[in-house]
Amino acid sequence: MTEPARPGEGGTLEATGGVRVVEHATCTFCGCVCDDIDLTVEGNRITKAKNACVLGKAWFLEHQLDDTRPEAMVGGQPATTAAAIEEAARLLVAARYPIVYGLSDTTAEAQRVAVEIADRLGACLDTTTSVCHGPSGIAFQAVGEPTCTLGEIKNRADMVIFWGGNPAESHPRHFTKYSVTPKGMYIPRGRKDRYVVLVDVRRTPSARAADLFLQVKPGKDFELLWALRGLVKGVSIDDGIEAETGIPLATLEALVERMKRVRFGVFLFGMGLSMTRGKHYNAAAILALARDLNHFTRFLAKPMRGHGNVTGADNVVSWSTGYPFGINLGRGYPRFNPGEFTTVDVLARGEADAALIISADPAANFPQVAIEHLKRIPTVVLDPVLSATARIARVAITTATYGINTAGTVYRMDDVPIRLRPALPSRYPSDEEVLRAIARRIQELREAPVAATAGAAR
Amino acid sequence: MLRIVNGKLYDPANGVDGEVRTVAIRDGRIVAEQELDATARTLDARGLLVLPGGVDLHSHIAGPKVNAARKLRPEDHRQAPPVHRTRTTRSGVMGSNPSTFATGYSYARLGYTTVFDAAVPPLGARHAHEELHDTPIIDKGFFVLMGNNEFILRCLGKGEAEKVRHFMAWLLAAAKGYAVKLVNPGGVEVWKQSGGNVKGLDDPVAPSGVTPRQIVVGLAQAVAELGVPHPVHVHANNLGVAGNWATTLDTMRALEGRRAHFAHVQFHSYGGEPGALPTSRVRELIDYVDTHPNLSVDVGQVVFGDTTSMTGDGPLGYYLHGVTGRKWFNGDVELEEGCGIVPIRYKPGSRVHATQWAIGLEWLLLAKDPWRVVLSTDHPNGGSFLAYPHIVRLLMDREYRKATLRTVNAKALAKTTLPDLDREYTLSEVVIVTRAAPARLLGLSRKGHLGLGADADIAILSPGSDWQQAFTAPRYVIKDGAVLVEDGEIRQDYEGRTFHIEPPWDPAILPELRKWFADFYTIEFENYPVDPQYLARPERVALMAAG
Repeated sequence: MTEPARPGEGGTLEATGGVRVVEHATCTFCGCVCDDIDLTVEGNRITKAKNACVLGKAWFLEHQLDDTRPEAMVGGQPATTAAAIEEAARLLVAARYPIVYGLSDTTAEAQRVAVEIADRLGACLDTTTSVCHGPSGIAFQAVGEPTCTLGEIKNRADMVIFWGGNPAESHPRHFTKYSVTPKGMYIPRGRKDRYVVLVDVRRTPSARAADLFLQVKPGKDFELLWALRGLVKGVSIDDGIEAETGIPLATLEALVERMKRVRFGVFLFGMGLSMTRGKHYNAAAILALARDLNHFTRFLAKPMRGHGNVTGADNVVSWSTGYPFGINLGRGYPRFNPGEFTTVDVLARGEADAALIISADPAANFPQVAIEHLKRIPTVVLDPVLSATARIARVAITTATYGINTAGTVYRMDDVPIRLRPALPSRYPSDEEVLRAIARRIQELREAPVAATAGAAR
Repeated sequence: MLRIVNGKLYDPANGVDGEVRTVAIRDGRIVAEQELDATARTLDARGLLVLPGGVDLHSHIAGPKVNAARKLRPEDHRQAPPVHRTRTTRSGVMGSNPSTFATGYSYARLGYTTVFDAAVPPLGARHAHEELHDTPIIDKGFFVLMGNNEFILRCLGKGEAEKVRHFMAWLLAAAKGYAVKLVNPGGVEVWKQSGGNVKGLDDPVAPSGVTPRQIVVGLAQAVAELGVPHPVHVHANNLGVAGNWATTLDTMRALEGRRAHFAHVQFHSYGGEPGALPTSRVRELIDYVDTHPNLSVDVGQVVFGDTTSMTGDGPLGYYLHGVTGRKWFNGDVELEEGCGIVPIRYKPGSRVHATQWAIGLEWLLLAKDPWRVVLSTDHPNGGSFLAYPHIVRLLMDREYRKATLRTVNAKALAKTTLPDLDREYTLSEVVIVTRAAPARLLGLSRKGHLGLGADADIAILSPGSDWQQAFTAPRYVIKDGAVLVEDGEIRQDYEGRTFHIEPPWDPAILPELRKWFADFYTIEFENYPVDPQYLARPERVALMAAG
């Protein structure tokens, strides 16, 4: 069970008629990971989330401390957490090709235990990165990445180019906290000192924030990026580029001239690049373009990560195994092969015979063929809510919500590690606690001595 | 309780040079033999060599840039033998950027028991601690980057020495770090501002106009006044640039007797003209270091083969990308630091690489005081720490060294003194440069030796067919009195300590700090310091008397 926030851990506790305030709380809804949220807690509800955006407010205010849900479900029947852990360990040990998936909405501490379980089982290990910015990770491995933390954008960026994303709706505070309006050390006038570009296949609400909106033809981002690369390098580009991409050559030439002359530019790119025709080629193109521009001025690039701790998942999995996602441990050591070991593929080909899914809902958003296989195999699901995936699980364990009920560490989209300040206690255990218990039981079932590898519980 | 008998003890810090001595261990420490009782186990080390555990005071093993390098180079992991899980150990990968578990096991198998990461930005301190928590066996800690910290640069530019001192103390405590690190002081800030660099100690850095000279001296002074056990750790300006020996010497002179440790000094010992071939100017630098006991160095020896350059020196990373054409990662950390990562290959036939290789060995063979010249490869920049045994053999085995010289670019070697150097290190001297000296320089009084009260961190070597073999595969490695490694196998898992310091600071700086955070950072001031629970086995090390 998680303990209620203690003084100093959950921020200020002002017991005034059952009302207290948790200052400097961290919102984990999106990759912005804003840590300046002041939560007002009345009884067992959060009633105010000062500084939170519409998504953060929903995240905090709609959090129901629902004590009525069963601790767990096993085979569709209510069960205790302990019984569920027992069944979970049993079915995972019995599997020949288990997969461990998800991890983007839980703490780094829980992620570390999940990796340990995958290691001991010899399982496939994958995170939601594989259906989001996995291609950007592959591009990163090919090209590298000139990047920075978000404060560098706030303090220095006089040109910001959003590509293939709609931050106004996906990361509502990004513009105001990091990239468009804030005044920074070398950007004293804030918005007035920045030139904002948006490139996308359709005009979204984010376009209102832009000085220049370029509507690229769907599936033509790679051609557009490559033309820009050519222009940066002084290659002559045919004006047929307009028919190809929808953007006139003159516009591109003017943009490149401007890019070369700014002090500090940054590309912020989304799934419009990583998940459309070209995928890792698109991401590689934008990373290479940013790199090439360093010949003239400072230019950086960052993928806009979605979930609150998907960056943590990348980091934890990488430091433990050397690879970021799409891993198999079945030979006793990490092997990396996107397409072979990534979860959609392993499910779609019907290879997995069991799954441990933590803080993710593949049954709600994977391709149908993958979902059908997921329904056929025994699964263990850890989730605070009764998700679609929990509904089809053999073992569904209700866990506490990270950042609201549990403490721990998350990594912002720019790899900055930030601590959580829980506001409400929960009668359900944290992901970390449940995973530790499953890990212990798996070792017992395998007759291995208990090792202090992921560290004693803090 | 454990008694090691019949082994030849090499403990130069306590004047023991290969005599057969009994080593008694109780509660993880070296004790007098009479403190053991009949329940003590005995380990017969007949024919074996008993050494203190290795101490690496400059390596890159944990934190944001190390992990970026791991992510960057799957091909590097794949070309190395995989690390299989066992009943007691986790799986992993090697190459020049090993995964965390593999890093701990590999160091331990080499007989190293204490390792420090040389460069962590305080904004990423939490990340470094999390990785160290997943780095088994070794005792550990890290140095906190400060040489391009914009708050410090501003204060130094205004001559506010006292504020610098308080901020330094606050920052060390906030990061739970061990010592202060400068990387290309001022130069990384210029890179972040404009893509440029500093070229000399007196180049002003906007907006305050502070110079690298002021940064080095100001921080060295503050470190001494705070009593930080390890001196300011300096990666000097102009790393890798032909002719940079003058910058290095100027930096050493600028300190005017203040203590400082010069990191990977090989990369800073080049003669020649910028843009042309580097030559060796080791002599002048060694003469200065020999006659100035306030200075120490670690070598940063180059090892031929593939590795990864990984440095807080952002502009250097971009330069290496330009020179090699290899993929390039750059990570600028707001208000604090930068970093650059580029794969690199050192070739014995290359004049430049051969010169670099020779310079490192010149340092090790020519320096008069082994207590102030530490063996390192700046892992992974010069090469992997796995190459330490190979370097030891080059130092101890003149014939092997000469045979190796024949495989290296002869023209380059001819311009160095290396072909003429006949010195062979004694085992005692090797113990000094790999254990006793780094421990002493770090200010860790229980490390690097096996006198009474020392931590029972011990490597027991079997004299193999050659010294490289002996150091690659110690027969036993003992940590805190427990035999953790036997014939290369990890017997049980274990977590080492994290060393950190907490110098005192004046709360009067807090209002200014809060404003600094509110104005320029993107993380809350209250969320910045690392909570103690991130360190599973913290050990707070006492400060020295202010010097």
